[in-house]
Amino acid sequence: MNIIIVGGGKVGMTLAAQLGNEEHEITLIDTDAKHVESAVNSFDIQGIVGNGTSYRTQLDAGIENADLLIAVTDTDETSLLSCLIAKKAGDCHTIARVRDPEHYNEIDFIKEELGLSMAINPEIAAAANIYNLIQVPSALGVDTFAKGRVNMLQLEIPKGSVLDGLKLSELEKTVKFQMKAQLLVCIVESGDKVIIPNGDTVLKAGDRISVILPISELRGALNKIGIKAKPIKNVMIAGGGNISYYLAKMLARSGIGVKILEINRARCEELSLLVPEAMIINGDASDQQLLIEEGLLGTDAMVSLTSIDEENILLSLYAHKVSAAKCITKISKIAFEEVVRELPIGTVICPKTITSQMISSYVRSMQNSMGSNVETLYRMMDGRVEALEFKVSKNATGNYLNVPLMNLKLKPNILICSIIRGRKITTPSGRDVIKSGDTVIIVTTTTGLDDLSDIFA
Amino acid sequence: MNFGIIRYIIGKVIFIEAAAMLLPWIVSLVYGERTGLIFLICAAVFMVVGFIMARKKPANTSFFAREGFAVVALSWIVISLIGAIPFVVSGEIPGVVDAVFEIVSGFTTTGSSILTDVEALSRCMLFWRSFSHWIGGMGVLVFILAVLPMAGGQNIYIMKAESTGPSVGKLVPKVQKTAMLLYAIYSALTAAHLILLLIGGVKPFDAFCLSFGTAGTGGFGVLNSSFASYNAFAQIVTTIFMLLFGVNFNFYFFVISRRFKNALAMEDVRWYFIIYAVASGIITLDLLRSGSFSGLREVLFQTSSIMTSTGFSSADFNLWPSLSRALLVMLMFTGACAGSTGGGMKVSRFVIYVKTVAKELRQLAHPRSVKLLKMDGKPIEHEVIRIVNVYLCAFIFVFAASFGLVLLDGFDLTTSFTSVAATLNNIGPGLNLVGPTGNFAGFSVLSKLVFIFDMLAGRLEIFPLLLIFFPSTWRKRG
Repeated sequence: MNIIIVGGGKVGMTLAAQLGNEEHEITLIDTDAKHVESAVNSFDIQGIVGNGTSYRTQLDAGIENADLLIAVTDTDETSLLSCLIAKKAGDCHTIARVRDPEHYNEIDFIKEELGLSMAINPEIAAAANIYNLIQVPSALGVDTFAKGRVNMLQLEIPKGSVLDGLKLSELEKTVKFQMKAQLLVCIVESGDKVIIPNGDTVLKAGDRISVILPISELRGALNKIGIKAKPIKNVMIAGGGNISYYLAKMLARSGIGVKILEINRARCEELSLLVPEAMIINGDASDQQLLIEEGLLGTDAMVSLTSIDEENILLSLYAHKVSAAKCITKISKIAFEEVVRELPIGTVICPKTITSQMISSYVRSMQNSMGSNVETLYRMMDGRVEALEFKVSKNATGNYLNVPLMNLKLKPNILICSIIRGRKITTPSGRDVIKSGDTVIIVTTTTGLDDLSDIFA
Repeated sequence: MNFGIIRYIIGKVIFIEAAAMLLPWIVSLVYGERTGLIFLICAAVFMVVGFIMARKKPANTSFFAREGFAVVALSWIVISLIGAIPFVVSGEIPGVVDAVFEIVSGFTTTGSSILTDVEALSRCMLFWRSFSHWIGGMGVLVFILAVLPMAGGQNIYIMKAESTGPSVGKLVPKVQKTAMLLYAIYSALTAAHLILLLIGGVKPFDAFCLSFGTAGTGGFGVLNSSFASYNAFAQIVTTIFMLLFGVNFNFYFFVISRRFKNALAMEDVRWYFIIYAVASGIITLDLLRSGSFSGLREVLFQTSSIMTSTGFSSADFNLWPSLSRALLVMLMFTGACAGSTGGGMKVSRFVIYVKTVAKELRQLAHPRSVKLLKMDGKPIEHEVIRIVNVYLCAFIFVFAASFGLVLLDGFDLTTSFTSVAATLNNIGPGLNLVGPTGNFAGFSVLSKLVFIFDMLAGRLEIFPLLLIFFPSTWRKRG
């Protein structure tokens, strides 16, 4: 596809790198020649120095033949205007990043009137992500598929768990989960290695596994595995930015106590009006005394959302040391990721990564609506694993249809983790079948799968 | 410095060159020449060498500006050395330095020759000489970028180092597609020229060699009389095609993709034609005044040939009056458009020089005035202006040093000066002894080595070649 990206900030760059590698023809527009220069030198893309809101610049970038324009400039107005012009000039799909809550509150109207295909608010996306993490205690991460109906949880097997040393084919016999749906282990991350398990895979303590599990069954299952699943009743948030605001709103709605520490008095007052349910503390989040006084030791979760990455890391390190709270750390600048991941700071959230991931998966699904049948694609484990959602069309004719899965042979490193039929979500066993009209979710370490038929050997 | 990737790419370059050597072998089969076997042997040997070098892709494929410059400079040196082997082995150009001079002159599309009798060469050798123009015109590495998929976006560094002009950009987002487009335009123009020559009654062998020589703006002929003995139609067609190959290839891309506004906005193309028209006019008047005028066709052909750095000659301009000769020498320096196959310092650089001088003058009068320089309707980055100015300095240094070394041979001032101008600008013929009827055979070995360096430096626009003599380029780390 021909894609134009307006704005060469971090999200723009990440998108350029990712989409450029996926054989798309990328043209980057930025007003700063330095940004353009460095992007063109490092990725196989074209760069144009100019204002993305200018019709002429867009013409130079080839808007007439473009399939998609992604506007990720620093201001909402610029992004929206770029999209509007692109829509009129090139009649292409448009995606805008919209940050300002005032704009985002009216996003449905804006989307409709400007003909946007997608509007993305990185802060809301990040807040939703954190909310998921809080709702699912001890899981290290959550990915959702099928518009949020299937959850994939990442968790680490603790020492002494029944799973330690267990062969996966024995799982059903050994561990009696008292639930209807079976727990399905989709990905095993052991040290540096990432594998798609089969029946012979042996789990051991310290492995990070990704499992498919309905949230309703979660608590019981986690207790069986040996992960203490204490429900989270109260959350402490350091920093009172936009993510904090959205997160506090979501938490308050589900009845979880929220305490926000914010250093700026005016912002505190603002927040107290916006989120009356939350307790707003005016103070420096890096003040140890204050943290203890406000009950860091007793809190169930600590979310570090200040504007300084280093402060967030330190806060989480400290919280990890003195309390049993679940830690979530926001990091804006993606650097030294390998090192940061080693630190005991809980789950790391990066709004920019989330934004670019959401856009990439939209682009992917858009491209596939032109050719193959991938609905959405998720990249996990630094892109080493892909989870793909396939829609089997109503009048599909594949020889894999209506055949029990145990009689089908899959290619190596592929696992079917969910079959969705109407409203019913099945975690498949050998006896289940794929029917036309189903949505099928698979995980794989093989990239470039285009069609469901590609997964069968 | 990532030596692995350099080895890998040079391996590919050697392989491509070896494959290109099969063409003169086919020519030798057509004309029943036994010397052609040398090409087959060379091709076989170097295909194996290239294949072995490029067999294993290095684990570390990181590639930056340094590697880009180094790989381009080294590739050009390597292809020149390999390309000279058939001349030496066949004994048709026995001296190693002479043979290298000849093939460097071919690849760099200069067209200067050390041969006193071109017609004595066998057909396959003549073909190889002319075909080297075609390979070198657009660049062998650009060709590799076009045909071989290489992952990663950093290939742009190779393209930047090999293509001509101060700011090399891509036509389309992908490097590979850009390279393919360039070669497609290049091939189509070459084919058009070839067909017209054949229609015009030029013998097939000559037509092939001449169209290669014109496409690369090289200038090797197959007759001692260069272009004088071909008919009027062939001369007119070649005049036009020389001019066309001197145009920035972006211009053709814009025309093909129907972006006429962008095409017309290209200042260097505009000035290129203006300079050509003005220079031709002055030369015509000068010739008329001195009474040596013998037709407009001759003037247009010669001006086009020199300005685009091709170097064919249909008349002995050594006999022209001083003003015309001086003007031709000046045209050698302006050269063709950036992004073309032509040589010289490029019109676009001169446009920037003129604008910079005008701006500085205004600045002297109004010290606080602020003005951004524009080109093609867009502001020029300060970085580009700086590098263009530095290019001028480097050019003058290289020119002065070469001039000094060549003067040691004791030839007259005009010969020495124009011989350096003709090689450093990739023109071909100069004036006096190195004029259209002369050649470079009389120079000492030292001078020939200087010329070889100048031709390579001129084709690669100086910096890549200077950088490989810069120790820190080769440091493994840092």
